[in-house]
Amino acid sequence: MIHRYYNNGYYIVLDVNSGAVHVVDELAYEVIGLYEEHQPEEIVSRLRGRWPEGEIREVLDDVETLKSQGTLFTEDTYKDRVIDFKKRSTVVKALCLHIAHDCNLACRYCFAEEGEYHGRRALMSYEVGKQALDFLIANSGNRRNLEVDFFGGEPLMNWQVVKDLVAYGREQEKIHDKNFRFTLTTNGILLNDEVQDFLNKEMSNVVLSIDGRKEVNDKMRPFRNGHGSYDLIVPKFQKLAESRDQNNYYVRGTFTRNNLDFSEDVLHLADLGFKQISVEPVVAAPEEPYALREEDVPFICEQYDKLAAEMVRRHGTDKDFNFFHFMIDLTGGPCVYKRLSGCGSGTEYLAVTPWGDLYPCHQFVGNEKFLMGNVFDGVTNTELRDEFKCCNVYAKEKCRNCFAKFYCSGGCAANSYNFHGSITDAYDVGCELEKKRVECAIMIKAATAGAPAAKDVVTGAPASEEAARE
Amino acid sequence: MKHIQTLNTQILQNTVKKGGCGECQTSCQSACKTSCTVGNQTCEHQK
Repeated sequence: MIHRYYNNGYYIVLDVNSGAVHVVDELAYEVIGLYEEHQPEEIVSRLRGRWPEGEIREVLDDVETLKSQGTLFTEDTYKDRVIDFKKRSTVVKALCLHIAHDCNLACRYCFAEEGEYHGRRALMSYEVGKQALDFLIANSGNRRNLEVDFFGGEPLMNWQVVKDLVAYGREQEKIHDKNFRFTLTTNGILLNDEVQDFLNKEMSNVVLSIDGRKEVNDKMRPFRNGHGSYDLIVPKFQKLAESRDQNNYYVRGTFTRNNLDFSEDVLHLADLGFKQISVEPVVAAPEEPYALREEDVPFICEQYDKLAAEMVRRHGTDKDFNFFHFMIDLTGGPCVYKRLSGCGSGTEYLAVTPWGDLYPCHQFVGNEKFLMGNVFDGVTNTELRDEFKCCNVYAKEKCRNCFAKFYCSGGCAANSYNFHGSITDAYDVGCELEKKRVECAIMIKAATAGAPAAKDVVTGAPASEEAARE
Repeated sequence: MKHIQTLNTQILQNTVKKGGCGECQTSCQSACKTSCTVGNQTCEHQK
């Protein structure tokens, strides 16, 4: 299975099952497109009028070589051989601790309903948090790296407990030969020097919530009195990002129907000096006025193209930055097991409420149908866990023939449930956007690796000798 | 090859033998929290 596309002057062929990415000229692009359905002689006679026969045969030889090397038209050999999803044993290795079901902002799109998650306001006690860490250690088998995200609501509203739990984790990791990686997601309102110093010492990553331009941020991320949060948080976030040497953090925004031109928000954040940026599509019920609609997809895709082209232009300059959704590693990246087995929600990743209940992930918290157990008794709803265990790209009809399946791993189970009532379906708008992002990410790799563009994107004129023969 | 430039130095089939240790980061812990993005995670053995 292959995926061919043209983006920003580049003809690109992705061999889906090997993950091989080929930057090709227009002739090779056409030959590869015809290859599976036509005999070599047919291809030669079809293209002979536009390219010299010798060149066409040369490409056909190249295709054969790549095929024999396992980097083109590769068969899917993983489905039946690699993983028996039902039988695989899973361990818990990551927890999302809802340290505070309360918030000092009233963001309009909050899936946690201003921190309350369809429930009551609550802060996690040290005892519940401690039990959660004990549960994680006890259920982690021989996994050494354990992840704990302090999440909310707003975790800085329960700061002493965060600090105490980190201290407890550091003590326990020595006893049990584990390595805790703590992370924290914050809106920045309560960020100060003391918090910053602690985060820099203990947190392997921090996620800083901001949506971009002031008017965009303040519309969706106001205080409860309606005032915007931008002016207060920007200087704090800039200071924190610098104090971490512009690494191991993300400024993370959400774009909605109110700012479909979100590439401007990404560039705004970059121009504020942030180097690690993630701006992601809102997930909202279709009836919400800010929810993305299917008709918005073409415009959003244009925005991704625009952003990708700008990132290529900025590459290697002091205005260079990293966009989370365009990150892709062609020199390695995750193994095929990781790519096939989904995000891990409900199995290796669980969310813990302030009172210790376990849910498959933070997105399901508050939906009693998805209650899995608690940190005192462990996972008691094993039927639900087994359902999540089987949630992977091969369980999803829509994923089967999708070229992006090894990059999104079947997408978000919560999105799927919210839109289709099943965790093994897929959220269609999300799929279209993910496919576009994968295309852009690969194009950026091609451009920054110095691959020659086939066409000048400004004039549309052939940029290479081969293309000029057209 | 004159017409085709391959960007990868690694292909997925090669990860079958040694992969699956599970030590890498859980994808939703990285930044997203609303959308699953696995392809950008780093293999723990390549750090």
